[in-house]
Amino acid sequence: MKPKFAMYWAASCGGCEIAVLNIHEKILDVDANFEVVFWPVAMDAKIKDVEALPDGDILLTLFNGGIRNAENEHMAHLLRRKSKILVAFGSCANEGCIPGLANLSSQEEIFDAVYAGVSTNNPLRVRPQFNWQIPEGELHIPEFYPVLRTLDQVVNVDYYIPGCPPESHQIAAVIDHVIQVLQGKAELPPPGSVLGANGTTVCDECTRRRNVKMIKKFRRIQELPEIDPTLCLLEQGIPCNGPATRNGCGALCPKAGAQCIGCYGPAAGVVDYGARLIAAFASVIDSNDPQEIDRILDGLPDPAGQIYRFNLAKSLLRKARKEV
Amino acid sequence: MTNTFEPVIIGFTCNWCSYRAADLAGTARVKYPPNIRLIRLMCSGRLDPTFVFKALSSGADGVLITGCHPGECHYLEQNYKALRRYLMLRRVLVQMGIEPERIRLVWASAAEGVKLAQEIASFTEEIRALGPLNWNGIEPAVAQPEKEVAYET
Repeated sequence: MKPKFAMYWAASCGGCEIAVLNIHEKILDVDANFEVVFWPVAMDAKIKDVEALPDGDILLTLFNGGIRNAENEHMAHLLRRKSKILVAFGSCANEGCIPGLANLSSQEEIFDAVYAGVSTNNPLRVRPQFNWQIPEGELHIPEFYPVLRTLDQVVNVDYYIPGCPPESHQIAAVIDHVIQVLQGKAELPPPGSVLGANGTTVCDECTRRRNVKMIKKFRRIQELPEIDPTLCLLEQGIPCNGPATRNGCGALCPKAGAQCIGCYGPAAGVVDYGARLIAAFASVIDSNDPQEIDRILDGLPDPAGQIYRFNLAKSLLRKARKEV
Repeated sequence: MTNTFEPVIIGFTCNWCSYRAADLAGTARVKYPPNIRLIRLMCSGRLDPTFVFKALSSGADGVLITGCHPGECHYLEQNYKALRRYLMLRRVLVQMGIEPERIRLVWASAAEGVKLAQEIASFTEEIRALGPLNWNGIEPAVAQPEKEVAYET
């Protein structure tokens, strides 16, 4: 009997699922070596089917998405119980990603933006009610939590695959490795390892030329009349998150002329991703005058969004402020 | 137990100036509040912003960053790096919902024991006025004693 495989999405966009399908013919290897028991995007299966499985029956579960509501949390606990190997797959499950940025706002602010924002036509100001009485009985929808948590803030996680989404060739390599483990030709890495990525920074893989960085002005990429195609982007004043970001993507964005936004999360050894970027950005400012430094920092209108774009739910300050 | 709030403050000092200033304050019997816990770094430029976040997320109510006066850094100009990081840290703290006054940057030379003591005293009072940095679910960093066990006359 083939070992069982599952993939689930919680608070995420679905890009991780696309990235898995993007491994092309390798997906046939997945099918050849695994029995896919649960994968809502790709096949029809019900939660009760998973509940009916014995504990630890699924060999490998790729879990993408953060824990935003009670249903996400329930599924995280359920899949943890049913899986031998639970992988936090993609940036949301690893570090909160874009949905995690909502942790800067209160639940009320989030609901106001979603149910009363300019793009919403909601004259009666309807808000979701988690419990609602109707003649036929009581209706429940999953409770919306005040903060988004990462998967490992809710259950134990065996491995981490970072990226928004993880690069397909990296996914393929991990799947290859797991298949080799099944065939007894390789061993599993130590628990808690980050798979499908390297340990150093995006700068390590970036082919751009680097000199001394001295910045008089931070600029958005569209504000530059011309970008030097071979020079480090940070040196040109574009806030590039490469210095703190884990590599493994192949420095795709800087190579294409766009700054790294940090989707692979913190490099190995980085405790707080944003703090590392504060150190990186502040160090290259070419001024010793407080007023001028402030003026240069005005070029980063949203510093928290810049340095925690993917990592807010995992940041030291927000992690400490858990409210659930 | 009294109800007065005793803030916990972490102070990062530079080996070449502010740490010596604190030392001088001690040998000169200049008093400053015991709320501050001084940590010696080799230079204020060693101050990784992670240290500040770690202190605040682990229960500190304020962080004092001290270094040599501009132009007097033992390592030429690393204190300017500390200045830039401090200015950027403040902006990030505001966005994270934390009063930027909870971190303060002070220049103190090895001779300025009295000045450092005054800065520590005024910073402690400022943090006391701000109140505790309320992290839900985080215990205060240090258990408060039931009563004063020792005091100076």
